[in-house]
Amino acid sequence: MIPLGVTVNGQDHEFAPGTSVRTMLGALGLPDTGVAVAVDGAVLPKSRWDDELGRGWTVEVLTAVQGG
Amino acid sequence: MGTGGAANLAVLEAALVASGTELTTVAMRRVDAAGGTGVLDLLRRLDIAVLPNTAGCRGADEAVLTARLAREALGTDWVKLEVVADERTLLPDAVELVRAAERLVDDGFVVLPYTTDDPILARRLEDVGCAAVMPLGSPIGTGLGIGNPHNIAMITEAAGVPVVLDAGIGTASDAALAMELGCDAVLLATAVTRARDPELMASAMADAVRAGRAARLAGRIPKRFWAQASSPDLP
Repeated sequence: MIPLGVTVNGQDHEFAPGTSVRTMLGALGLPDTGVAVAVDGAVLPKSRWDDELGRGWTVEVLTAVQGG
Repeated sequence: MGTGGAANLAVLEAALVASGTELTTVAMRRVDAAGGTGVLDLLRRLDIAVLPNTAGCRGADEAVLTARLAREALGTDWVKLEVVADERTLLPDAVELVRAAERLVDDGFVVLPYTTDDPILARRLEDVGCAAVMPLGSPIGTGLGIGNPHNIAMITEAAGVPVVLDAGIGTASDAALAMELGCDAVLLATAVTRARDPELMASAMADAVRAGRAARLAGRIPKRFWAQASSPDLP
């Protein structure tokens, strides 16, 4: 089984094929509330977080921080 | 009040409470496992509404994506739209700002744009459907106050939407002046969070906003060149 390579917030990671976005967040210790996910420069809505990760995705996980 | 510049969340909490604010702005950045969502937890506890901003965005595409991510993360369609031209000035890029504002309005956002003190740009932003305009007093973080009060007055006279003086406030008198010039609110962060005593400065700002608003409603006297006695003439 070839692991699935994705980049999350600038770091390279490998997951088992079939891993969902939600499972990935948990595996990386990231919260699943108060955050948003972008894949390759477009919003991935929460309704699609049970979708499987795609090979080579560039994922950004953002939250609110102090600023502005 | 904004949230930028506070040394830690305890300082921010004290300042937010002292300011009496009901709405505060937050930036969107990469989450990390250690940082979590601390500022959101604080705002929820204080029952202060969140206004996400697009701070740091340089072009319309980046700002629109950031606004959409904020809507997804925070469940609000309000956005403080910030599209700056460069790091040195942090001044708004007028062309990209109007482009981003149009797209976000079309996408159903309530857009509050951070803009220059140009009355014509303020009008264009209102024309494309922005819910407010937020002209700067002077560049972000400078504390230089309101560089061109006449421009701010022209904006407030002409605007059909609320005007929020955003950026440049250094001390309480700047906030009072903004309100005297007809602004509906001020948005400030650095002046409070980097003051020697943030909590005390936050309460000074709250007093200044109330005083400036009351003075605006009361109607100031016209300025005169020569003196005018305030006592009756001697017999």
